[in-house]
Amino acid sequence: MRGAGVIELENVAYGYDGGEVFADVSLALNAGSFHFLTGPSGSGKSTLLKLCYGVLVPTAGQLRLFGKDRRGMARDDIALARRRIGVVHQDCQFLDHLSVSDNIALPLMVSGRDLLAEDANLSELVGWVGLRDRAKALPPELSGGERQRAALARALILSPEVVLADEPTGNVDWEMSQRLMRLLIELNRMGKTILIATHDLALIRAAKAHVQARVLRIAGRRLHLAGADL
Amino acid sequence: MKPLLDQLAGFVLGDVRADQVVPPTGITARLTLFSAAVMAFVAVCALSLALAAGRLADRWENELARTATLRISAPSAQMAAQTKAALRVLETTTGVAEARALSDAEQAALLAPWFGPDLPVDQLPIPRLIEIVETDEGMDGEGLRLRLAAEVPGAVLDDHNRWRTPLVLAAERFRLLGLVVLLLIGAAMAAMITLAANASLAANAQVISVLRLVGARDSFIAGAFVRRFTLRALFGAAFGVALGCGAILLLPRAQVEGGFLTGLGFQGWHWLLPLVIVPLAAAVAYAATRAAAQITLRNMP
Repeated sequence: MRGAGVIELENVAYGYDGGEVFADVSLALNAGSFHFLTGPSGSGKSTLLKLCYGVLVPTAGQLRLFGKDRRGMARDDIALARRRIGVVHQDCQFLDHLSVSDNIALPLMVSGRDLLAEDANLSELVGWVGLRDRAKALPPELSGGERQRAALARALILSPEVVLADEPTGNVDWEMSQRLMRLLIELNRMGKTILIATHDLALIRAAKAHVQARVLRIAGRRLHLAGADL
Repeated sequence: MKPLLDQLAGFVLGDVRADQVVPPTGITARLTLFSAAVMAFVAVCALSLALAAGRLADRWENELARTATLRISAPSAQMAAQTKAALRVLETTTGVAEARALSDAEQAALLAPWFGPDLPVDQLPIPRLIEIVETDEGMDGEGLRLRLAAEVPGAVLDDHNRWRTPLVLAAERFRLLGLVVLLLIGAAMAAMITLAANASLAANAQVISVLRLVGARDSFIAGAFVRRFTLRALFGAAFGVALGCGAILLLPRAQVEGGFLTGLGFQGWHWLLPLVIVPLAAAVAYAATRAAAQITLRNMP
């Protein structure tokens, strides 16, 4: 299956301080696929996601981002790859001195896009995540759910091929988590590749009613395909 | 040349986006401006001292080179005869271009700073001085001394070497010291800017992390910091140089009576030299911040 996925891990291991977080992990995120990644706290979900967007380098095995070996990628190549990957964290970090709208437009700024030309796109995205009224607010003024939606909008502004979300519903109530999940499912229908790390099994079950998703589980330092109950 | 100018103009005018993403830092900005201004001020003073020392060394070198003095100490009855004999010896000495005995008035003028203008030179047993100007080839001082010892027993030849050499050496060392001080100021400035840039980069670690997450290249992130610190150093140094030149202007003009201490200012085209300090300070800040940013970014995922 080599070369089939936009992000591929082949017998990947990762560890630090002498300890191994996981080993022999193989995964191919094919274009347009939807994956959930689950497992107990500390099992390495976030670490696996960080590998997927090139923050970490595997200690063994091979990781390919858009067909390129992560180890051979220059820092600029990694920056360019990240423009093709939208990332949403549980603890979304923003530039607190910029407005919500400017934070969402940040990927446009750093990639040298014409902000005026992208203004309509930005405005539409801000409205799509329901933050039109909060566009001029500063990040510290946002609620947890608003921060998650702002982070999602920022992850999507460059229309990336892949969206990685680490516990995107961790800080929000059930209703908001359902709303965020609907947004992610809608993105998948637009052709985006989605990988969501979550320990919220109820959320996974609810989502599976609307989307064809594979559920992966990290346990015992290995990655498994979850059972049919999920 | 044009692309370079375009790049320079682009750098000075700045990338609004890059400027926007790094939050303004009040105290760091003011301290960098202040440090650059102080360093530039001190640099102007050091430059002025180095140039003054250089001028002094050149002057002593030029004025005292190829000149010598013959001092004739003799009883007043023999003074005229020994002076004539000495002049005769000098006329036939190879390497002597000109020799002339100073008049009483000239000798009185030389002594006036110590004894006042009313000194009765003719009534005092003052030695007669003969001023000697050498040719470009120079004269044989030792040979002349031997001839004088035989023919003019009261004559003592002083070729100025004894005190000219250490004076010129001292002045040249002083000039060198000034240049070393200038280099040290540049190094200290680089160190200060590096510290300030490192502090700013550390304080903005989260900003950098977010920028890397959304796909910013290192050059974009570094550019925001580099431009900020370079411009601060540029404006700070411009202010410091203006202040330094103002202070130098207030120093007394060069006067014979004041000696070295009244010739410390810039002269002629040397007034243009302090202007070089401004772009140099900016270049130092650019290099220091760029290096600091590159090291910091290299250690970030």
